[in-house]
Amino acid sequence: MTDLTVSTTPDQAPDRTDEVRHARNKTTTSIVKHVLMIAASLFMIYPLLWMLVSSLRPTEVIFRTPGLLLTDFYIANYIDGWTALSQPFHRFLVNSAIITFACIFGNIVSCALAAYAFARLKFRGRNIFFAIMLITLMLPWHVTVVPQYILFSQVDLVNTFWPLILPKLLATDAFFVFLMVQFIRGIPRDMDEAAKIDGCGQFRIFFSIIVPLLTPAMATTAIFTFIQTWNEFFGPLIYLTKSTNWTVSVALRQFLDSESASNWGAMFAMSIVSLLPVFLVFLFGQRFLVKGIATTGIK
Amino acid sequence: MSALSELSAMSSKGGRKLSPEERKQRARENNRDGKAGYIFLLPWLVGLVAITAGPMALSLYFAFTDYNLLQPAEFNGIANFTRMIEDTRLHQSLKVTFTYVLVSTPIQLAVALAVAMLLDKGMRGLSFYRSVFYLPSLLGSSVAIAVLWRQIFGTQGLFNQVLGMLGLPDDTGWISSPDTALGAIILLHIWTFGSPMIIFLAGLRQIPTMYYEAAQVDGATKRHQFVHITIPLLSPIIFFNLVLQVIGAFQSFTQAFIVSNGTGGPSDSTLFYSLYLYQQGFRQFSMGYASAMAWLLLLIIAAFTALNFLIAKYWVFYDD
Repeated sequence: MTDLTVSTTPDQAPDRTDEVRHARNKTTTSIVKHVLMIAASLFMIYPLLWMLVSSLRPTEVIFRTPGLLLTDFYIANYIDGWTALSQPFHRFLVNSAIITFACIFGNIVSCALAAYAFARLKFRGRNIFFAIMLITLMLPWHVTVVPQYILFSQVDLVNTFWPLILPKLLATDAFFVFLMVQFIRGIPRDMDEAAKIDGCGQFRIFFSIIVPLLTPAMATTAIFTFIQTWNEFFGPLIYLTKSTNWTVSVALRQFLDSESASNWGAMFAMSIVSLLPVFLVFLFGQRFLVKGIATTGIK
Repeated sequence: MSALSELSAMSSKGGRKLSPEERKQRARENNRDGKAGYIFLLPWLVGLVAITAGPMALSLYFAFTDYNLLQPAEFNGIANFTRMIEDTRLHQSLKVTFTYVLVSTPIQLAVALAVAMLLDKGMRGLSFYRSVFYLPSLLGSSVAIAVLWRQIFGTQGLFNQVLGMLGLPDDTGWISSPDTALGAIILLHIWTFGSPMIIFLAGLRQIPTMYYEAAQVDGATKRHQFVHITIPLLSPIIFFNLVLQVIGAFQSFTQAFIVSNGTGGPSDSTLFYSLYLYQQGFRQFSMGYASAMAWLLLLIIAAFTALNFLIAKYWVFYDD
């Protein structure tokens, strides 16, 4: 979000009248286009801006003010919202953060290991496993969620963070395995061949050659995992039923049932708090996000 | 290569016969890194067995049982599936989900492509616009945005406030009326067109400009260029987006859950398939029925994906 520079096509006034007309035409279409784009941007972003502004307004004002002009800051929403549920809101933020960072760690490590095996090593069954991995990419979570829940409840792990973290430690997010496979395939083989001749084993090659070069793909994985895990709702909803364990998503959902259900100001305030980390990650990690989804979608 | 083109390539070259020498050569190569390969793959293999394939097999078994988590699962044959035939709420959930997928996916992709094409021409401020359009797709799956949507399309919500300002009738409860509640959720989905847009943008960059220059020399109009250059060359990417968006849309849960506060109401008009499965499995604890439902969904998604691949033969154009 760096270059909000409305185009002013250089007006260098060339001396040929034809060129002037041509340049003017170009300027007009460019201005029209920018006006259109700015209007579209505003339209897209308006709900978010409005929620931000409304989180600083008393609830009764929210319901009759569609505008963005803020006359004074009604901080009470944030104070009320923070303590509206049976636990203070920072509890949920901490829970979400623990799960999110554990999942990031899990995805980076386990997916990188699997990706290296798929991209560089030769072993029996590799192609079949790789095809299976690609198919799991398209598998709906519904076909595993019931037995997973039953298994986790039998080993007494419901109401812990393990059901949410363990799958990530086991490279079940095929999207990231695939992302890293693509990336490793792009790394020239000369270096690992040279290292092999020098007597490096596969583990040395992986840790001292591949891992350092893989960091951009790891950053992409980290950022995507952050946003996904932070936003995740279904898993926390079924596994975390005690209020001390709730993540931000589950806590926000509880607002709808609690006596604060009509306190939209407080609900908006906590919604903004919950979106803020994702927004910051987006702001600073956008480059990796854009590159990440572009490379997995392009042949 | 995208995951999809890779998968279809694998399935087509699988049948090639190898000569004995080739096979020996292949075996030698396979053994070279054999042990290391399995060690690197170990977490994934454990995950495949314990988190994916094992539970899938169990789920298939549960689909033929009556299981409420307290008593042991009891085999009941195809009872869960015959129940589906009579379950009118299930039919409603299928109707809602199909409507959602078939309406929101094409519109979302069309908007994504249109905006990507507008942005493609190297205009100033491109990265700013791209950010603004992309942001909603990252936030869109969150509970917070669903909460916001509940307000915006409520009786006194932002949408009605704006209608009121324009002098239009402003007392419709968009979310409390069965006719419009699903529409509000579809709108939320379209709002998140940013991520397919990014993929389209990257795809458009790969089309060599000389094709357009040549077409211009030959006097082709913009429309002709779009139909005969952009669409064919972008078709693998449109296909990729289509397949993934359809698969994803069938699985939507959070928005419908929050907007209806878990009920799928009003009058089951937002009873998404996933939401109904949740109600059956995790509210009523009909684990057997929920498992059967999961397999039906898998079959539906597989059928749609297969159909997509079949139709792709007629419109997706691979350059190589």
